[in-house]
Amino acid sequence: MKATEREQPLIEVRDLKEYFPVLVGMFRTKPLKAVDGVSFSIRKGETLGLVGESGCGKTTVGRTLLRLYKPTGGEILYKGSPVRSKADITEFRKKATMVFQDPYSSLNPRMTVSDIIGEPLDIHKSYGSPAERQEKILDLMNRVGLNSEHAARYAHEFSGGQRQRIGIARALALNPDFIVCDEPVSALDVSIQAQVINMFDELQEQMGLTYLFIAHDILVVRHISDRIAVMYLGRMVELADAAEIYERPLHPYTKSLMSAVPQPDPKTARANQRIVLTGDIPSPLNAPSGCPFRTRCAYATEACGAEMPEFREVSAGHFAACHRIDALND
Amino acid sequence: MDSPKKMTLHVDMDAFLPATEEEKAYMVQMRPSSTFFRDGVKRLVRNKVALTSFVVIVLITLSSIFIPLFWPYSYDNMLGVTPGRPVDSSYNNLAPFAYGRTELRLQEEGATVFPHIFGTDASGRDYFIRVVYGTRISLAVGFFASIIVLLIGMTIGSIAGYCGGKVDLVIMRIVDIIYSLPDMLMVILLASVLKIGLTPVIEGTVFARIGSNIISLFIVFGVLYWVSMSRLIRGQILSLREQEYVLASRAAGAGGRWIITKHLLPNCISVVIISTALQIPSAIFTESYLSFLGLGVNAPMPSLGSLASDALNGITSYPYRLVIPAVVISLIVLSLNLFGDGLRDAFDPKLRT
Repeated sequence: MKATEREQPLIEVRDLKEYFPVLVGMFRTKPLKAVDGVSFSIRKGETLGLVGESGCGKTTVGRTLLRLYKPTGGEILYKGSPVRSKADITEFRKKATMVFQDPYSSLNPRMTVSDIIGEPLDIHKSYGSPAERQEKILDLMNRVGLNSEHAARYAHEFSGGQRQRIGIARALALNPDFIVCDEPVSALDVSIQAQVINMFDELQEQMGLTYLFIAHDILVVRHISDRIAVMYLGRMVELADAAEIYERPLHPYTKSLMSAVPQPDPKTARANQRIVLTGDIPSPLNAPSGCPFRTRCAYATEACGAEMPEFREVSAGHFAACHRIDALND
Repeated sequence: MDSPKKMTLHVDMDAFLPATEEEKAYMVQMRPSSTFFRDGVKRLVRNKVALTSFVVIVLITLSSIFIPLFWPYSYDNMLGVTPGRPVDSSYNNLAPFAYGRTELRLQEEGATVFPHIFGTDASGRDYFIRVVYGTRISLAVGFFASIIVLLIGMTIGSIAGYCGGKVDLVIMRIVDIIYSLPDMLMVILLASVLKIGLTPVIEGTVFARIGSNIISLFIVFGVLYWVSMSRLIRGQILSLREQEYVLASRAAGAGGRWIITKHLLPNCISVVIISTALQIPSAIFTESYLSFLGLGVNAPMPSLGSLASDALNGITSYPYRLVIPAVVISLIVLSLNLFGDGLRDAFDPKLRT
């Protein structure tokens, strides 16, 4: 445990900010703070789960992390060195890839499966001969459980689960260290979800992959993640080990999130006290002052509106951002 | 562990021949995967109107290419004029299937003379071959003008759509400005201005034979008519670039040119083909009436428009000379339009109205 702690994290994000300009009125724009000061690090071989409700900035974190959007502020470090210049980004993209949510729109309908999977290879020209390319593609298809005769087909001839496998094979093409999985199973049937999740697990073991696993299904995230981060309105509210956050959530938002997880056993389900939040998530265009969660928090006091709570380590490895954390958790 | 052996039945090994290569191939792919293009062609062939139009276009095109190769008369050959002899005016304004004086004499001597199917014009030139040549010119103008429009419109439209933001804003305002110009006026003005500028430049080259008018016509098309094509492609690309496969390609490290050529353009190719097919008749139409106004091809080169224009002088005596090129123009434009509609229905069923 000590050794891994001293080890340099594979990916480190410091105070990441991503604002999108939104037109208000004719010419004035206002920043939409999709991600507002998020920091975390991921160790090699670890899976960090990222959960939160729709529109809280999960996907934006994933995309900005891969520099698909230009960050408004903050820094992204890969193996300790910042990813800034164009050359950095080109190198970084060989090592960090992404699996997308929608297996239907993430595959080009005019390309055959082998061209889709081989595209990253083509872009970086990372093969000597067409035969080598073909061999690599077949190996990738084999890894994700597709047959070689699928290579010449088009994406529309496959089911959702198979399409997602194609997407995963594409992400693996350049032998990456790090994969951002942006809700990779939320568009799939539950039975297929399990298969795909298990495949993610196996691939992690075989290839020593590191994942940022974005989802809104807490059970799925808990199954695959080592640590879980919870986001609300562009900010991180809690970060802890998967078991810890599941058993002992500290932040009131996480508590209500955990209480909403469906229980398979009706007895425990009945005993479960659901914490129902009132109101809607505020628009990130005019977020509340101070703690962003205070408008829906049952324990909010006047102090919560005055200043932003600090994201601090409450107990070893358990971070949370709440003013009243000590008062609530005794 | 012994029991399975006892249970073993005698197996007739002849029933288990290894599969032949043919059988293996059959097992691998039950049905060759149907591409988008093949599906489209299948739908197109089923459309009787589009298919007929296509046959008409092919027939007209082939005959305009090949008939002049073996036809005994040429478009600029004045039949009554022989060097060193007085002009034989009996060849001027011949009715269809009529013959000139020398030809009649030849026939009396037993020789066969190739008939003038549509007669001759006021200068004694075989009218049929002039119509064929005119068709050739009109088709070439329509085809090449559309290609120019396609290339310019596709490049600018895809850049505007992909880059977005300020680039898009500037390009689209230029497009709006060109759109707001009265295009016929611009065509006529540009064609007459370019004519003066171009004539000395192309002197003595191949282009001189085609004539400065046609070249300026191409330029005018290139400058003015790319706007609607670029708007169309920009709109397509604006929606396509939000697709996740574009993001996936960028995440894999692709640049703008890669994404445009590999992902965006292949996905709007059907729209491009369709609007190009519909662009051809409009170019032919424009060429025809510019020629009619005297801004088209240089004499003696005929085009369908200039033939119609020349025919106006003798409209009361020889009305068929106006009717023939007019019918050919209508036939080309109509069948290209119908074929374009068929293409649209076959390749882009969503656009059907």
